[in-house]
Amino acid sequence: MSITRAKDRVNDFVVKIATVNGTGSASANGLLLKSIFRSGVPVVGKNYFPSNIQGLPTWYEIRVTREGHRARSGRVDLMVALNPETYARDLKDVASGGFFVYDSTWPRPALEKRDDVTVLGVPLARLCNENFEGVRTRILMKNICYAGVLAALCSIDLQIMRGLLGEIYAKKPKLVDSNMKAIQLGYDYAHANFDCPLGLRVEKMDSTRDHVMIDGNTAAALGCVYAGATVGAWYPITPSTSLMDAYKGFCEKLRVDPATGRKNYLMIQAEDELASIGMVVGASWNGARAFTATSGPGISLMQEFLGLAYYAEVPAVVFDVQRVGPSTGMPTRTQQCDIHSAAYASHGDTRQVCLYPASPEECFEFAVTAFDLAERLQTPVLVLSDLDIGMNDWMCPQFRWDDGYRPDRGKVLDAEQLAKIDRFWRYYDHDADGIPYRTLPGVAAKGAYFARGSGHNQYGGYTEDSTEYQIVVDRLRKKWMTAAHWVPRAVIEPAEQTTDIAIVSVGSGDAAVREALARLRAYGVHLDYLRVRAFPFGEEVQRFLAGHRLNFVVEQNRDAQLRTLLMMETSVERARLRSILHYNGMPMPASYVTEGILAVIAPDRPAARLVG
Amino acid sequence: MTFMSKPKVAHPDLPRNALGLTRRDYEGANSTLCAGCGHDSITAAVIEACWANAVEPHTVVKLSGIGCSSKTTAYFLSGAHGFNSVHGRMPSIATGANAANRRLTYIGVSGDGDTLSIGLGQFCHAIRRNLNMLYIIENNGVYGLTKGQFSASADVGSKAKRGEVNRQPPIDPVQLAITLGASFVARSFSGDKAQLVPLLRAAMRHDGFSLIDVISPCVTFNDHEGSTRSYAYAREHYEEAVHADFVPAAAEIAVDYAEGAAQTVTLHDGSRIVLRKVDADYDPSDPGLALDAIQQRMRRGEYLTGLLHVAHDAEDIHALGSTPDTPLNAIPYESLSPGGDALRRVLEAYR
Repeated sequence: MSITRAKDRVNDFVVKIATVNGTGSASANGLLLKSIFRSGVPVVGKNYFPSNIQGLPTWYEIRVTREGHRARSGRVDLMVALNPETYARDLKDVASGGFFVYDSTWPRPALEKRDDVTVLGVPLARLCNENFEGVRTRILMKNICYAGVLAALCSIDLQIMRGLLGEIYAKKPKLVDSNMKAIQLGYDYAHANFDCPLGLRVEKMDSTRDHVMIDGNTAAALGCVYAGATVGAWYPITPSTSLMDAYKGFCEKLRVDPATGRKNYLMIQAEDELASIGMVVGASWNGARAFTATSGPGISLMQEFLGLAYYAEVPAVVFDVQRVGPSTGMPTRTQQCDIHSAAYASHGDTRQVCLYPASPEECFEFAVTAFDLAERLQTPVLVLSDLDIGMNDWMCPQFRWDDGYRPDRGKVLDAEQLAKIDRFWRYYDHDADGIPYRTLPGVAAKGAYFARGSGHNQYGGYTEDSTEYQIVVDRLRKKWMTAAHWVPRAVIEPAEQTTDIAIVSVGSGDAAVREALARLRAYGVHLDYLRVRAFPFGEEVQRFLAGHRLNFVVEQNRDAQLRTLLMMETSVERARLRSILHYNGMPMPASYVTEGILAVIAPDRPAARLVG
Repeated sequence: MTFMSKPKVAHPDLPRNALGLTRRDYEGANSTLCAGCGHDSITAAVIEACWANAVEPHTVVKLSGIGCSSKTTAYFLSGAHGFNSVHGRMPSIATGANAANRRLTYIGVSGDGDTLSIGLGQFCHAIRRNLNMLYIIENNGVYGLTKGQFSASADVGSKAKRGEVNRQPPIDPVQLAITLGASFVARSFSGDKAQLVPLLRAAMRHDGFSLIDVISPCVTFNDHEGSTRSYAYAREHYEEAVHADFVPAAAEIAVDYAEGAAQTVTLHDGSRIVLRKVDADYDPSDPGLALDAIQQRMRRGEYLTGLLHVAHDAEDIHALGSTPDTPLNAIPYESLSPGGDALRRVLEAYR
């Protein structure tokens, strides 16, 4: 069969694979992603999976991007449609001039026709049934066979694939052979029947050297290990669970005393999130670096304890891997919808320190920062990533580690220091920075104090006295101002030309915004850019917002939570902040940002021509 | 008022323990509870037990939730760190604190509302984890600070101060704890210091979760005619099944027990609990028989007290987690960070 060649899109196309969850397709998808990465070509992988164990539709998107973009593209050039249930919508998703691969073992008379899409039938099931025994094996092999088809169609190096399989199945070499056999079947069939490769193809580059493919939860877990965290307490919740799994995996390798077999960490699976945060607060109060990982519903349950930790001034590190709300929402879809509930978590006048990583490498870095800040400031620090960062593999620069790093344990008085002072006053502002001194249980009777969530005075005693109460909460406000100087600065990138228009974003929105900035620049639209990385906002945020006539605030929630926070916590006028909101649960593509901006600043120019 | 300190004047002839400390050294702030509150007697018993066990005050951690009972941790051991947390959540704070430093003695004080209603889940899971702590319930069947609502431990037929009769069955923490596998479960009465002090001393030394449910009448809201948690009712319907004497490691067993009447349980540090059975048929080592006996008496409206169940130490979270003897909060950072070279090796798998 001959194929009309589409416009060549070397190292710049998107393959989407539609399957059913629980059938082993994740291995094939990971294999494809890594093979392209090892060809030196930048790649983006996005997994769209259901909140289910087996049998529901699932998709995986591989974006090959020679430019090294990190966002989802939004378009699909080649669809591998292996789930008959979603054929119709999968066909609709394909861009004009694209390709649609399906399993032609069974006739699909109902398959809709599209004149602008080339349909390629590959009898995957028949090939595997003829060559493998056993129902389960045949299903699994069918789902690796398509990797071979794609290798032929898109010119992905089979030797690299074999090498990867060898690493994955180092202990089960038989699996390397059977997987490779399935791949070869698909590869040979495609070569025999189609004009391979297509215009959509991979050509080796050298742009992935010193990079890794890693997800944010794994990166954050690694950060916890390097920060010296010893206590992890959690309650399982998607999409945060893999962070704790990864921490456990790393600790089993890196934290077991070889001489004694004893483990220099303790993980506690709690009965719920109320307990997991309680354990973190208890352990941190007692001098361990302790953390938990959760998502929106967990943050709701942790509110009371977060208020106690704020008021009693106990460090705590909480990773919130955000997912779609409200309520249970869509647990396997991404959003940035906890910005409000995290920033003011708990009743009363509370305000929490939040960090907003934009990538796995920042998850690693901010994990360490979070522990240092929590102990230095004696307060909870919430690290808000999201499902897109947390569970998808991102191409990241190799993480670096400075062996000279030592944890900042903050103002903790030891027995010797206590012996030198007359009296210990837990909540007294000795240094005029709003941060008092603390002591750890078991060190000395002189350091003993009573931690409480009820009213207390600056000496640590119980109080219901108005003045005494206010002295403490006013100092907490002062501590907050101090925090603004210590949290990670916002990233500011000025445009090549002077402009009074800017984009402001947060977290994973960064990927789409950067790509949008590049596209707009190519069309002569120059915008300054600021990415918020922490709450409280530093003065650079205020200055930047006030310095622009118009700030597009790009975020992934319905209610413009970042914009609202900026309005409340800076003095910038409402009119200078204009929202671009993406909240359908999928990672935001760059086109959404470019279109949103052009609709405002160039409403008369046809967007299609500009965006291309 | 807790912020007023007691004058620290001690008579030179006050008896001193092995550390040379007097009972005054184990006191805390003045109680702000109602005069005659059973909780204050428990506080006095805790002071006595800590003094008698000669624990260094700063090696104890006091934990509590919210309620009248939870306030009492401020009234003993002013030389110990205390954490008055949120309602019903003391067990999770205790779990975290214990995870960070396994070497300290953890004493939690809670109430029947704090433990059996809002905190029932955390209570159960602390037992399930065999958290190494002493957990005291100051059980008065009533919510004091909010002025007299029934708690989940109120007996059927018990009458509130305003005349309302409770018709929902109570949750008995003792039976619950035995069912969940707790290895040290006792019941006592705030008015019986002779029974309570040795129980506290033994519980503090027991390796694992120890529960002491102490009937502690609320003089303001639950000490009237018709209440089953009043002083009068407790005295009348209170029957000791097993009396526990605590004998420290180095000491001799001084009391002569009639043959067959006493049973000795040796704790991990060599100290012993001598169980004197008041009821000859009672077997505290068998959880099933203990439950039978407790329920039988309960049907007659009586509280069986004493060390109702004691078993060999089960593994706690540190044993299950294979943590080192050095507390996790004291491991030097150099032993925790794998270093830059290890990071490069780890990341090879992500290439």
